[in-house]
Amino acid sequence: MKRNLGNLYAGPMILWLTVFFTVPLLIIVGFSFLRKGLYGGVEWQASLDAWKAVGTPNLVAVTVKTFVVSMVATVITLALALPTGYRMARSKRQVLLLLLVIVPFWTNFLLRVFAWMVILGNNGFVNDILLRTGLVKSSLRLLNTQGAVLLVLVYVYLPYAILPLFSTIDKFDFTLLEAARDLGASKLQAIVRVLLPNIKGGIFAAFLFTFIPIFGAYAVPLLVGDMNSYMLGNFIADQLTKARNLPFTASLSLLVTFVTTIGILILMRLQAAPERSAEADAAIAADYAAANGNGGR
Amino acid sequence: MYRPEVMKRIAWNRDVFTFSRIVCALTIGFLLLPLLVLAAYSFNDSRTMSWTGFSTKWYEKLFSGSPDLWRAFRNSIVIAIGSGAVATAIGTLGAIGAARYRFRLRGYVQTIGFLPMILPEIIIGVSLSMFFAGIGLKLGLFTIFLAHVSFNLPFVFLLVSARMEEFDYSIVEAAYDLGANEIQTLTLVVLPTIMPGILSGFLTAVTLSLEDFVITFFVSGPGSTTLPLYIYSMIRYGVSPVINALSVLMIAGTALLAIPLRKFLKDFAVH
Repeated sequence: MKRNLGNLYAGPMILWLTVFFTVPLLIIVGFSFLRKGLYGGVEWQASLDAWKAVGTPNLVAVTVKTFVVSMVATVITLALALPTGYRMARSKRQVLLLLLVIVPFWTNFLLRVFAWMVILGNNGFVNDILLRTGLVKSSLRLLNTQGAVLLVLVYVYLPYAILPLFSTIDKFDFTLLEAARDLGASKLQAIVRVLLPNIKGGIFAAFLFTFIPIFGAYAVPLLVGDMNSYMLGNFIADQLTKARNLPFTASLSLLVTFVTTIGILILMRLQAAPERSAEADAAIAADYAAANGNGGR
Repeated sequence: MYRPEVMKRIAWNRDVFTFSRIVCALTIGFLLLPLLVLAAYSFNDSRTMSWTGFSTKWYEKLFSGSPDLWRAFRNSIVIAIGSGAVATAIGTLGAIGAARYRFRLRGYVQTIGFLPMILPEIIIGVSLSMFFAGIGLKLGLFTIFLAHVSFNLPFVFLLVSARMEEFDYSIVEAAYDLGANEIQTLTLVVLPTIMPGILSGFLTAVTLSLEDFVITFFVSGPGSTTLPLYIYSMIRYGVSPVINALSVLMIAGTALLAIPLRKFLKDFAVH
């Protein structure tokens, strides 16, 4: 009979993540029910102010807007990623295509955002071309707009959707499509009724890997947006670093955490047969790591 | 030579689904265009976006006139390797424990080994920032290190756990039967077997650490600039074409890393 050394092996990890993950999250929960201190910090006095502030019309508007922007960006991303992943899976040059997707994906996130600042700026690439060809008299305002935020969000998170879709479609048996065609289905019918139901898992995974980070986006709206395109992430950062309102920062962070968690629960419900839990969690996490684990975000 | 998967593709390719070809080409073009624009401008003689002639002066300036950048780079490397090593050690042991034994906190280990990966980065950054402020720890390289170990741990745990799933426990039993003690079994049998998982965990951790901006931004203090933080300040407060040159070198570095790994890229994406 071997001794049970599970706690010994996992001990350091339990200790580390309890101190640096669980406790900070609990502190956030606690802070959200305290009163704001005069000079930053908190006063040890119970209060619902921070939660009431989440319900103000201004913040509801920002939340709704963040949700809508995340939805639109995610849908555009998936609309591009689905045919791309499909074509990559069917191609004879899979490795080359993967390389072409992974190199931009591995390139530093801020440099990819910066590239768009160069392209869209007032003296940037696009305006330079437009001015030289005489199509416009003075440069257009392309950067620091809502459109720029959407474009760059789609750009940054495209590989997060392409990679899980590619890997799911790659495992799909394409002869099923031919069978459908032989039985009289049109190409579109074969795709919609045979391919899509079979790659549902990949589609849900791609949706979440795009939606969750976009819903928590901070750097992209800050760098290529303006005050009107600020998202929840920017409000959280401003409350923490500028207003120094810790309880409000905490309640806003929990709001984002709730939406994220609900998204994950819906995914698990939709994706899985009745019998699943730890395994499905692990599979989703594995996909997420594959998309994430090479330095994106 | 007959290869079923190739035959399958050829068979379908009679029936070209042109829509997907067009979207795929446009999407990949869209992904690459910004990188090409940066590369072109890095050789522009002028500071502005107008092309005035070929020059390599921004590369010279990058190497000889940017000491702050290289200091930030050094900080990034130290933190990446340090946090990667610590996360790999702790995460590997955790994964071995969770795979081999049933214990009371196993469910908790699996949850904390999963949740930090899916919460938006800003939540981790903000909660750690408040935590460090709460316990009075001064923000700096040390807090960045602590934060990086924390967000890297779940990735190592996941990658090593995947390896442990394929683990053949009979060799552990054999080691015990042959008289090996727990430490010998761990170091001579278990660890060498799961080494590929440990290495990919470590490399993933190093990459994530080198790349991270959002979490680092919230837990950094004065004087603790990492490369992404330096790039951020360059982008936000005064763009110099030096950053174009830096981008090109970093993209080239990525490509050089990806090309020898190209045979594994598929496993990587499929994992």
